[in-house]
Amino acid sequence: MAKEEHNNAKHLPPPVDNSPWSAMKALVDGFATTLKHLARKPITEQYPEYKRKLPERSRARIVLTRDPDGGERCVACYLCSAACPVSCISMQSAEKEDGRRYARWFRINFGRCIYCGLCEEACPTSAIQLTPDFENIQRDILTMVFEKQDLLVDGCGKDPDYNFYQYAGVATGTGEKGTHAREDKPVNVKSNMP
Amino acid sequence: MNWVAGFIVLGIKLAVMLGVLLLAASYLVWLERKLLARLQIRLGPNRAGIFGLLQPIADAFKLLTKEDLIPAAADPFIFQLAPAVVALTALMMFAVVPVGPDIELFGQPVPMVITDLNVGLLYVFALSSLGVYGVALGGWASNSKFALLGGIRGAAQMISYELALGLSLVPVVMLAGSFSLTEIVDAQAGLPYIFLQPVSFAIFVISAMAESKRIPFDLPEAENELGAGFHTEYSGMRFGLFFLGEYVHIQVLGALVAVFFLGGWHGPFLPPAVWLMLKIFFVAVIMIVVRGTLPRLRYDQLMALGWKVLIPASLINIVLTGIFMLIGT
Repeated sequence: MAKEEHNNAKHLPPPVDNSPWSAMKALVDGFATTLKHLARKPITEQYPEYKRKLPERSRARIVLTRDPDGGERCVACYLCSAACPVSCISMQSAEKEDGRRYARWFRINFGRCIYCGLCEEACPTSAIQLTPDFENIQRDILTMVFEKQDLLVDGCGKDPDYNFYQYAGVATGTGEKGTHAREDKPVNVKSNMP
Repeated sequence: MNWVAGFIVLGIKLAVMLGVLLLAASYLVWLERKLLARLQIRLGPNRAGIFGLLQPIADAFKLLTKEDLIPAAADPFIFQLAPAVVALTALMMFAVVPVGPDIELFGQPVPMVITDLNVGLLYVFALSSLGVYGVALGGWASNSKFALLGGIRGAAQMISYELALGLSLVPVVMLAGSFSLTEIVDAQAGLPYIFLQPVSFAIFVISAMAESKRIPFDLPEAENELGAGFHTEYSGMRFGLFFLGEYVHIQVLGALVAVFFLGGWHGPFLPPAVWLMLKIFFVAVIMIVVRGTLPRLRYDQLMALGWKVLIPASLINIVLTGIFMLIGT
């Protein structure tokens, strides 16, 4: 018990100096600090005149990116729509002749969007991405609803080389089965006996 | 015919005083925001007009056009009355502040004070005590726990500091031999009382800051603890009146410090009214710097400072002043 007390005493904070002298010193120190700062240049960045470059991962306006070869990345899997906590993403999926899926229409209601970035995390094809462009203000709330043509951009955004159908293992216009990246030739299960 | 002229002169004096006070209050807000910003290495308001000089006008328009809400559970009459009490008592204190020596107008002497009460100092204290009602009633009538807590704090704090405020001025009254603010100023023609009564000056400034609910004594508002304290439930111009009252109170405080300790309108070269304004400005700047520097006191510290330090100190000061005056005569 005595040993414990000894250990505790070692961890006690130093005794507080409550003397009037220390109070006066604290007052003088405080006023010296503020007066020193009075002479300093303000560090304010004047926003509309000066726009600081935001980090590329900052979350603002949502875009739909494209494959390196220019095709739409979105495969209309609804994962972003399901992940969205405020249900601001809606779409209608469809399929092209070559089997490639796409969104017939894709709509984000930015009047609701909270820019949480969960859609971007949920997206399996890196199609939906948040950009640092936060200056998206409209007078009429209905103009905050962005359609697919408003959302689609040229370019791949943060994931420059990724092409979902190169890896998907689905036979589409990008090639037959077994020709995709990191994919073995298809195995004939009938002749694969041990 | 004479009393008609007197009435007109009084009206003019009232109008000029009110206009200057309200304009100065709004630009005091601007000064405070600007200076506080510079103390915190920010820029402060700079969008409305050059250096943000139109900001007070924009603020006034905003407050006037905002919806005037009265909470359903509030006591409507007292709720509406309280802000007026705060603003009115602060404004009325200026009635006894002399802004200069008497001037001659059409062969008649016109005193440069709205009314030279022979109990001016007591009048000031009476109004500053009445100002507490605005805070306490506003907090109570809002029927909200935060507002009530703020109101109670305000009442307790202001009653405590009223004592120190009054006692700190007793030596000034002893030296000047009068309760009239005009005569107190005249008594300082040679030497301002700050040199004779530095302790009184310190006690007066500290307790007057507590009276005007400024940081470090802003416990009735204490936005981090109580939302906004006694004016939590107020909106629009009713909040504006509380706000106005606070800034007029700063000017009152500046004027009283000037009158009781800095020699009022006395000063070389410049006109008397300008000297008084300069002194008020000086006190206001000090208060803004104090606001930018000191943290809010804890409630027990606030009470301890008032009752255990300021009141005994001012009592001792009275006794010492009396002894020295006896020795002097």
